[in-house]
Amino acid sequence: MDSALIPKGVKRCPIGQFALFIAVVGAVLLWGVVAMLLIYIKGLNQTNMNNAYGFALWIWADLAVIALGGGAFFTGLLRYIIGKDELKNIINYAVLIGFVCYSSALLILAIDVGQPLRAWFIFWHANVHSMLTEVAFCLTCYFGVLTIEYVPLVLENRQVDKVPFFHHLSHNMHGIMAIFAATGAFLSFFHQGSLGGVSGVLFGRPFGFRTGINIWPWTFFLYTWSAAACGPCFTIFITRITEMVTRKKLVKDNVIDLLAKIAGWMLLTYITAKIIDTVYWAMVTAPAMGFTLMDFYSNNPGSVYGIWILIAEVGICGLLPAVMLVSSGIRRNPTLLFIAVTLAAIGACLNRWVMVLQTQAVPVLSFEKWFTYMPSWQEIATTILPVAYGIILIALSYRYLPIFPQERELNPIEGGK
Amino acid sequence: MDQQKNKKYGMVIDLDKCTGCGSCMVACMAENNVPFREDDTDKLLSVSWMQVYRLSNGKAFPHTEECYLPRPCQQCEGHHGHSPCVSVCPATATDYDMHTGIVSQIYTRCFGCRYCMAACPYHVRQFNWWDPVWPTGMERSLNPDVSVRMRGVVEKCSFCFSRYQTSMNKAFLEGRRELEEHEYQTACTQACPAGAIVFGDLNNPKHAVHKLAQPDLAHEGKPRNPKAFRLLERLGTNTKVYYLSSREWVRKAGDNEVKKA
Repeated sequence: MDSALIPKGVKRCPIGQFALFIAVVGAVLLWGVVAMLLIYIKGLNQTNMNNAYGFALWIWADLAVIALGGGAFFTGLLRYIIGKDELKNIINYAVLIGFVCYSSALLILAIDVGQPLRAWFIFWHANVHSMLTEVAFCLTCYFGVLTIEYVPLVLENRQVDKVPFFHHLSHNMHGIMAIFAATGAFLSFFHQGSLGGVSGVLFGRPFGFRTGINIWPWTFFLYTWSAAACGPCFTIFITRITEMVTRKKLVKDNVIDLLAKIAGWMLLTYITAKIIDTVYWAMVTAPAMGFTLMDFYSNNPGSVYGIWILIAEVGICGLLPAVMLVSSGIRRNPTLLFIAVTLAAIGACLNRWVMVLQTQAVPVLSFEKWFTYMPSWQEIATTILPVAYGIILIALSYRYLPIFPQERELNPIEGGK
Repeated sequence: MDQQKNKKYGMVIDLDKCTGCGSCMVACMAENNVPFREDDTDKLLSVSWMQVYRLSNGKAFPHTEECYLPRPCQQCEGHHGHSPCVSVCPATATDYDMHTGIVSQIYTRCFGCRYCMAACPYHVRQFNWWDPVWPTGMERSLNPDVSVRMRGVVEKCSFCFSRYQTSMNKAFLEGRRELEEHEYQTACTQACPAGAIVFGDLNNPKHAVHKLAQPDLAHEGKPRNPKAFRLLERLGTNTKVYYLSSREWVRKAGDNEVKKA
């Protein structure tokens, strides 16, 4: 029924099967939309946030998806600026994943504010000293860049491409894509960093606060670094998931191997810097504020924030995948590679989780106790909403757009065109 | 502008005198139109600009001691007005006033991102999770000098700033530019039956707050009175609320300390 829209030379599942898949994911999306409407109509009292937990699940989700979406800018930088030509075979997907991640972040941000109709004040009454202001400006600009990077892909749809104007537009946009890749990398360095600064500048919150250079806390640099390391890991992770779902090989091993190798070295250097930062914070910064390292990890209900979380973040989801990825033997084993990129992606999420949630949970006044928080179903539904949206956009893009340049070669159709 | 040469309004709260009666909280709510709900038992969801904490020395009877600690906004100066909350607000909805040292909140500009709440270690910034609903008839007793706040914005203690404005207006009409100490007093100060709360200009040696706290202006206002302390001094928040206590454990509770092995 929709065969005229499907790229030439590739096979897709029957429209009925596809429609059923979209319907199931769409139901989840609808659940999220209902929760979103409830929040818009009734307000943030629909959440389980409180005056101690002003930042919670949504801010974590924002920070996490932006870190995971970092694959777009870093792969773009490697492909267009540094000249790693093989990565042209995965850049489309990296851009698509980045587009999903960033649009999701903007959606969650729009839900997360108490007065959504005033959200534009962040641009109009901008406070240049605030990390959030920088995030808002850079994030919006970079989303524009991602849109520009995604549009040529849409224009390559078989039917759209038949229109001469769109064909030439797409061709010309591809021609100048290096400029946008450079702009995207520039913007990303700043907003990824500023997201790190969100907690890092809070000198009233000893768990999150870090010293640094001039106005930039160390977390500013660590966040950019970790996004450059874990973003490509997430791109590989989603690529592998897509290959599992479609039961097809979509990207050649040498492409994945190159990206995984670079991500591995980025992760190894990042985690080294992160360990140095943690040691300095534990030995110097926190004690100067009256805290020992274990003050941040003990006596909390259910040991939700026990020292295990630091070990999990830095060791199991940091050092371990870094070593796995830089080792060519492990990296070339598909199962171990999948485990490594999964752990790296979890590591980035865990880092964002503690920097947002644990920063709020740790009691700062000596006569207060740990603060606990469990998200409401409305918060969970609105956090899953962008995941459902992402799956739908990826499914539609995969079905109708030539996302994977190597797909035809890797999956020849017998007697097909 | 140099904060040390201007007014620097601050508070001294004598914890030896505080009985924990809560009059300061009630007066504050009435003065500042602070909203409340029918069921306001969850204190993490309610709004109270002034909150009284109960501290304990943690010892068993008969050595148990308790202390009540009223906590208004600490009006942090940080370094040169760089208070924890003001610098982070993305929409400039809060401001450090170098003329008075008071941290303001512009309710109509706040869009409810709550970054300031995340930044404040004292939990003085609270969110309007609901629209205010006043019991029938009570809306007529609201203070006309203080705007009510809507759902979705952050609010906090302003040292009864409307009283400052009213007093300054009156002084201007009388051809004066300076206020007498008694002309600007916060509601909690006036309501405290024990006289535990004292308010005034920390930069003015004639004011009671200056005499009680003896702030060392050369060292970010650190109190020279050995009985005085500020909350979380080590963080560098440089607050304008000083506490007095003759009990060492109370003074120690004001800050965190790494115990030497």
